[in-house]
Amino acid sequence: MRQVMLPASLEELWALRKEHPDALVMAGGTDLLVRMRATKKDLRPVLVLERIEELRHIELNGSEIIVGAMTSHQQLMDSSIITRHIPALGQAAAMVGSPAIRHMGTMGGNICTASPAGDTLPPLYALQAQVALAGPEGGRMAAIEEFIRGPGQVDLKPGEILKQVIIPLPGKTSVSSYFKVGQRQALAISICSMAVFMQINQGRYIEEARIAWGSVGPTVMRFPEADARLQGSQLSASVLREYGEAASRLVAPLSDIRASAGYRRMLVANLPLRLLA
Amino acid sequence: MLVRFKLNGREIEIDARPDRRVVDLLREDLGLTGSKEGCGAGECGACSILVDGVSKLSCLMLAAQLEGRTITTVEGLSAGEELHPIQQAFVNRGAVQCGFCSPGMVIAAMDLLQRNPNPERGEIRRALSGNLCRCTGYQKIVDAVEAAAGEMRAEA
Repeated sequence: MRQVMLPASLEELWALRKEHPDALVMAGGTDLLVRMRATKKDLRPVLVLERIEELRHIELNGSEIIVGAMTSHQQLMDSSIITRHIPALGQAAAMVGSPAIRHMGTMGGNICTASPAGDTLPPLYALQAQVALAGPEGGRMAAIEEFIRGPGQVDLKPGEILKQVIIPLPGKTSVSSYFKVGQRQALAISICSMAVFMQINQGRYIEEARIAWGSVGPTVMRFPEADARLQGSQLSASVLREYGEAASRLVAPLSDIRASAGYRRMLVANLPLRLLA
Repeated sequence: MLVRFKLNGREIEIDARPDRRVVDLLREDLGLTGSKEGCGAGECGACSILVDGVSKLSCLMLAAQLEGRTITTVEGLSAGEELHPIQQAFVNRGAVQCGFCSPGMVIAAMDLLQRNPNPERGEIRRALSGNLCRCTGYQKIVDAVEAAAGEMRAEA
């Protein structure tokens, strides 16, 4: 039999982790419980974070948006802070699984699962999110692209959890959006996804662009040099086609049960044009 | 461990393994076989239940998580022999074929209509997008939810 514990505060969590250093940490459970069932011999205890209220919040604090790790995808979709300032993250949350999965699955869980296809990850890279990690000895910050090390791999030290996600508040003339291609419209794991952040000036010229790609490499991929070439241009089909072609040569897609590598490259070349739709 | 929660309006106290899946606890220990296990991995919606009024998947929940919660399964919707308007609409519109997906569909519809009493068809489809029907009865299921929404607005 496996022990299941539901600490009600971070203090309780630290004490329980000290007692059970081998315990698995569960956020929404939508990935962990599927994996746990596949490995029946693993009887490590489970520490469920769902009762720790201080991990569930969305705040606008000066020049930062702070999202608690246990905030559900549904809460991201419903938050006016998110939909107003960083719509790409709300759009991505709306494409995770199904309504019931979005009620269960969390921001922190999506990050720590570190799937190359995780829907909330490309917006977090494009928005230059930082993660706040906490442990019994204190906390530290890391950029999202430093924290995620590879497929399913994150830089959590023993005893640490992901506590918050911190996203710099974008300027007033910024836009962000998320585009996903899957095998169907719902309950689909992405074949290719793209998050776009752009700061647009008054003449409608691109001041800054940051584009992040999901499902076309071991982690979310960004191409700062290709992004930089968008600077100073107005959005047009030819500019976006040029970017897409450059990006399609830089991604590292695999062929899997969902799509071939060649199809994914084709999507990368063409998805940027959706910005004009 | 002893788990205490409210199930379909009744206080329950049951001795369960903390890592027992909620779908197994409901079906095998409590005899409520309305919630079905289709995929066991969060992809079919057949095991949907309401937890504190919000739809969740009982195949991806552990018994210990039930402590203190209010749970509604499809068995808890009718008032005695009188079906809930959503259930009645499924009957009237022929939205049930084999019936395996129906409890999950009804729970997903409950979740939607609590938040949005007057949904458009597209919103109904999105709300049911996590519930798979293999008899391909989607049209009639959407018809039923639309009809139930009207019925429930008229009652309210």
